Amino acid sequence: MATPVLDKVEAQSAASPYITVTFRVRRFNPEVSAEASWEDFQLEIDPKERVLDGLHKIKWDLDGTLTFRRSCAHGICGSDAMRINGKNRLACKTLIKDINPEKPITVEPIKGLTVLKDLVVDMEPFFQAYRDVMPFLITKETNEPTRERLQSAEDRARFDDTTKCILCAACTSSCPVFWNDGQYFGPAAIVNAHRFIFDSRDEAGEQRLEILNDKDGVWRCRTTFNCTDACPRGIEVTKAIAEVKRALITRRF
Amino acid sequence: MSTTETNASGIGPVEAGSGYSVDNPAPVIEAPRQRTKKTPKSTRGNFEMYGWLFMRLSGIVLVVLVIGHLLIQLVLDGGVSKIGFAFVAGRWASPWWQVWDLLMLWLAMLHGCNGLRTVINDYAERANTRLWLKGLLYTATVWTILLGTLVIFTFDPNIR
Repeated sequence: MATPVLDKVEAQSAASPYITVTFRVRRFNPEVSAEASWEDFQLEIDPKERVLDGLHKIKWDLDGTLTFRRSCAHGICGSDAMRINGKNRLACKTLIKDINPEKPITVEPIKGLTVLKDLVVDMEPFFQAYRDVMPFLITKETNEPTRERLQSAEDRARFDDTTKCILCAACTSSCPVFWNDGQYFGPAAIVNAHRFIFDSRDEAGEQRLEILNDKDGVWRCRTTFNCTDACPRGIEVTKAIAEVKRALITRRF
Repeated sequence: MSTTETNASGIGPVEAGSGYSVDNPAPVIEAPRQRTKKTPKSTRGNFEMYGWLFMRLSGIVLVVLVIGHLLIQLVLDGGVSKIGFAFVAGRWASPWWQVWDLLMLWLAMLHGCNGLRTVINDYAERANTRLWLKGLLYTATVWTILLGTLVIFTFDPNIR
């Protein structure tokens, strides 16, 4: 029994699935130079593997100084959003075969945030905007409830789409309005405000709407749909922003 | 989150400013949304909302006004060759066309002005550039609206 199995494995390895791919990575090290530059790496990689696997190969086998964030490596933690072939994606959800591996694959840090080193950016402004919309349940009664806050399935479905956000910043750093001066709240903060504004259990929707009615709030959205295209979770970001706009208008009239 | 901890990691704190340090020898670009003394107070008002609404509503009205205007001036009844002093004088004798032109002037100018204001906000990066560009824009807008309104109301067909 064992022999045929072995033969099969040998036959498979003869037809190697590996292809040669060029990774063109945007490198920046403030301790060496104030300028960022492109560096090419040649890799033998299975096209069914992900961009993150390629970055791992570079870091582990070729150049240990390459710096990037990743935690879970399975598209949930939102650490490894980067600009791959000019589009914001999660490195751990992007397969090599899907992004034209015949040409060099460009990997850059996400735009609009200060680059600290290589692919690592300062996420603080992004999280500041997130904190500004108060992304937690607020109720008027101060007593601790004795049982869970119940909600109908319809009420839960109302904000289901925006609960999927993993705070990877792919949307906010794809937004041309955010690129300008970074004062705009950004799609991610609005999505997370939407998640509570339309939650029937939450009672601070009015406050959050007031925050987003700001000069740098939802009205700076130009409906370019970059955020919806960039979202690795498939959230309809622009639709959520439009719903917040509508809530702001219907609240007044 | 203590400030010493964030400084050590090289990640700029949002509440306070820090430039160079031993751990961070390269020039640091000041983080956007950083809360400094110079940061303007957030505006709590409905101006941006009304601006946004105005763009949608005036846009709908302008489609009718402008296409109607172009049809009458350039296509119907002899086209552009009929336009002369007499034609304009004849039209502005009627309050209907006075109101039409006045509405078109005001809506188009304010619509364009607000559109350019958002373009300046989106593309001008320095506060000074913004100030000057917007100053120029508002001056031009007010001047054109006032001049146009003056002409519509004081037009004298008997001028020779």
